[in-house]
Amino acid sequence: MELVVDSVSHDFGDLAVMRDISFRVASGEILALVGPSGCGKSTMLGIVGGLLQPGAGTVATVGAPPRGSLNPLTFVFQDFALLPWRSVAANVAFVLEHAQLAPAERQAIVADTLRRTGLAEFAHSYPKQLSGGMRQRVGIARALAVRPEILLMDEPFSALDAQTRDLLIEDFMRLMAGNRLGAVYVTHNLKEAARLADRIVVLSRRPARIRETIVLDRPRAARDDAYIAAHQRALWSLIRDEAADAEREVANV
Amino acid sequence: MSDPASSVRFRGGGFAPASSRYSAWLAFAAVLVVWQGVCALGWVSPLFLPSPVRIVAALWHLAAGGEIWPHVWASLIRIVGGWAVGTVAGLAVGLAMGLFTVARATGMPMVSALFPIPKIALLPLLILWLGIGETSKIATIALGVFFPTVIAVYSGVDSVPRNLIRMAQSFEVPTAAIVWKVILPGAMPTILAGFRISAATALLLVVSAEMIGAETGLGAFILQAGSLMQTDQLLAGVTILSLFGLAVGRAISTLERRLLRWR
Repeated sequence: MELVVDSVSHDFGDLAVMRDISFRVASGEILALVGPSGCGKSTMLGIVGGLLQPGAGTVATVGAPPRGSLNPLTFVFQDFALLPWRSVAANVAFVLEHAQLAPAERQAIVADTLRRTGLAEFAHSYPKQLSGGMRQRVGIARALAVRPEILLMDEPFSALDAQTRDLLIEDFMRLMAGNRLGAVYVTHNLKEAARLADRIVVLSRRPARIRETIVLDRPRAARDDAYIAAHQRALWSLIRDEAADAEREVANV
Repeated sequence: MSDPASSVRFRGGGFAPASSRYSAWLAFAAVLVVWQGVCALGWVSPLFLPSPVRIVAALWHLAAGGEIWPHVWASLIRIVGGWAVGTVAGLAVGLAMGLFTVARATGMPMVSALFPIPKIALLPLLILWLGIGETSKIATIALGVFFPTVIAVYSGVDSVPRNLIRMAQSFEVPTAAIVWKVILPGAMPTILAGFRISAATALLLVVSAEMIGAETGLGAFILQAGSLMQTDQLLAGVTILSLFGLAVGRAISTLERRLLRWR
């Protein structure tokens, strides 16, 4: 399956948010969207995932999703979006309850995803009892439970402290490799993008256009600190001036 | 030579009131003891303020003699009936106003206009419409319960975090399931807080309605005791009402503990 975003433009009222954005993401590929703050990255992801209707342009999937996929395009949210009145296991089960699954099958999927994300012992805990990192693990477990093809991740680790973020990214990379998942990964963290992505789409400030698409030629496992740092620097030099402009712009809105 | 040390003075105290069950009972007991003492010393006439012991005695006689039970039952049936009708209607209308544009646009001005009317003022009209019997009293209570319930449910639904609804939508959860599994539980804290208010309103209205036009019920009983200057019986009736209020408060607290354990 391939996700095809074709010439998407969008406005909020008089505010031009993005112009003529096109990209493709195939299964097993991670595409990072980076750009200055407020350039419409999250809006883009909302459009890709069908939560927002684009003003112009189309979003489509080409090719059949794998058999058994309940939700080929699946979100992982920055704020986790867990139901606080449900336990960890019940939060994961929530997205399976409307599917045609036997109760035993559903329980098996929940147990399996909790095990894969290291949450088995927290199955009966409630979100407020968990650390931020554990909460986002629940968010990821919930996403994996519906057997997605492409994850739509909106700053998934930015609400976490730096150490927790590193731990989660390591686990996340293992999960991605094991599942041949694709992802559209929105982040303002350039190092994260250089570490995780196969391709990086650099957006300009509002109205966002694609400035450049950077292809990272080395496989993730083979990227050393120097490689990551070099790409981080290159990205920063592309974005820096606009980020500074964007920061000043906020005061004028 | 090091500079003289001066320890940093603690300045973070105060503003941390704690509650203690023990002192609450103590304060309560102290009030009763003073009250009893004032009566025993003859400082006030028992006709105007009977002692706590006399009130308890009156309560005992009323209960043992069976005289009070028809009144208790009559009030209880009106409260439960009126509250149930008002709550069911309030839940339905409040939910509709929280979910649908048309219901909100038309319902909100209506609710805002009618909410401030003291519902007891409508009792004479409701008696004309529905007769002097139970229906007019239950209708008054139902109206009084309806409006605070609508407002609690509506604002509860409105306060459910949008990100949770978007999450459910992004997983293709059907609309009915989103209402049932996301919106209602999310609104539950506000709805239960509304129940507290509506239950107090029901209690207030049942007494007022029974004082205006009823032969039975605690309101009628209290009014009658007053006109016969039986202040011990009057205050016994008031005691029963306050026990009603306490019981309802307890019931809602239990419900909150059960339903909102996640908080």
